[in-house]
Amino acid sequence: MSGTMQFDLVSPERSLASGQASSILIPGADGDMVAMPDHAPVVTGLRPGIVAAEIDGGMLEFLVTGGFAQITMEGATVLADEALPKAEATSAFLDERIAAAKESQDGATGATADEAAKRVADLETLKGNL
Amino acid sequence: MPSLKDLKTRIDSVKSTRKITQAMQMVAAAKLRRAEEAASAARPYAERFDAVLAGLAAGIGEDGPKLLKGTGSDQTWLLVVMTSERGLCGGFNSSIVRLAKAQAKKLVDDGKTAKILTVGKKGREQLRREYSDHFVGHVDLSEVKRVGYTNAQDIASDVLGRFDAGEFDVAMIYFNKFESVISQVPQELQIIPAKIEASEDATVFDYEPGDDEILAELLPRGVATQIFAALLENGASEQGARMSAMDNATRNAGEMIDKLTIQFNRTRQAVITNELIEIISGAEAL
Repeated sequence: MSGTMQFDLVSPERSLASGQASSILIPGADGDMVAMPDHAPVVTGLRPGIVAAEIDGGMLEFLVTGGFAQITMEGATVLADEALPKAEATSAFLDERIAAAKESQDGATGATADEAAKRVADLETLKGNL
Repeated sequence: MPSLKDLKTRIDSVKSTRKITQAMQMVAAAKLRRAEEAASAARPYAERFDAVLAGLAAGIGEDGPKLLKGTGSDQTWLLVVMTSERGLCGGFNSSIVRLAKAQAKKLVDDGKTAKILTVGKKGREQLRREYSDHFVGHVDLSEVKRVGYTNAQDIASDVLGRFDAGEFDVAMIYFNKFESVISQVPQELQIIPAKIEASEDATVFDYEPGDDEILAELLPRGVATQIFAALLENGASEQGARMSAMDNATRNAGEMIDKLTIQFNRTRQAVITNELIEIISGAEAL
């Protein structure tokens, strides 16, 4: 199929979106990427951010707190740890996540501490963009 | 022979029991619908997760992470027994416990070490007599109204923490799989080392950051996902089992009421006949 690709966004508790998208913005662990039809197969980790899918000319935006995504030639599947429509996201929701991330940062050392610090920074950027 | 008053009290008591079991059945039916919805809502994630993991694992050679390849020994086992917090649900808990006990016995007979982590009060009570010295921990979900992914994550991080500390080599979970209201099948599932069926799909993926990092992130999530799925299956099974148990109880109460009512009527008739005989023979004696 040319022009569109299958897009699925699922969290452990429910399936949030499924449909044909022409492009999908994914907040990859190493940087944002946009998946379009016939993208090379990739599995990537996610950092906290916004997943945006262009479906029928409209944008569907979701906030994810982490997880990973699998992109193939035919479609992209985002498996988020937690996800919710961007319109429903509140800064209180993110504050909770930030507090949890900071807590794990305090107890950590070395590489884990760096990761935790990055997560806190990502979450705070996300909160700023909301 | 019980007096009329005794019978009346018994009938009333059985009637009120029937009201309770009927109410419980209806509550279970409503909860079952919700539990089933939760279980089916969680299925897409689990399925896709398995697919991704299968693709990843196919590309991993002999030396993978311990969560996938095991510790190289199978001496110490951790049995995670998941049961309900509440009773009155037929054979729901006993069937899980029976399966776990069989495995624990087999391990002990083979000279291996079995450790038991219980989730839910009922299973713990049933295992306590024989296996209390095998207990290593307990997860209390009695305060949890609706099981969420975070509950599964908590259990998973407990299990993974023990694994990292070298407390066990193999972990199994025990739960009931929901087939229908009348059938729940006890299951045992190995979660560590992960059992992954390599996929037929030969797509070669790029991994970002690296495949080792992704795998190291995914495997612990896989444990949590499996535990979450098991918790949800268990939730639906518990309500299903309770529903059919309470349905049976309601029917039995109905039968008992019928029987007692007949007995009550017969006794009343006998009392009347007796009184009549007394009156008639009294009159004849005059």
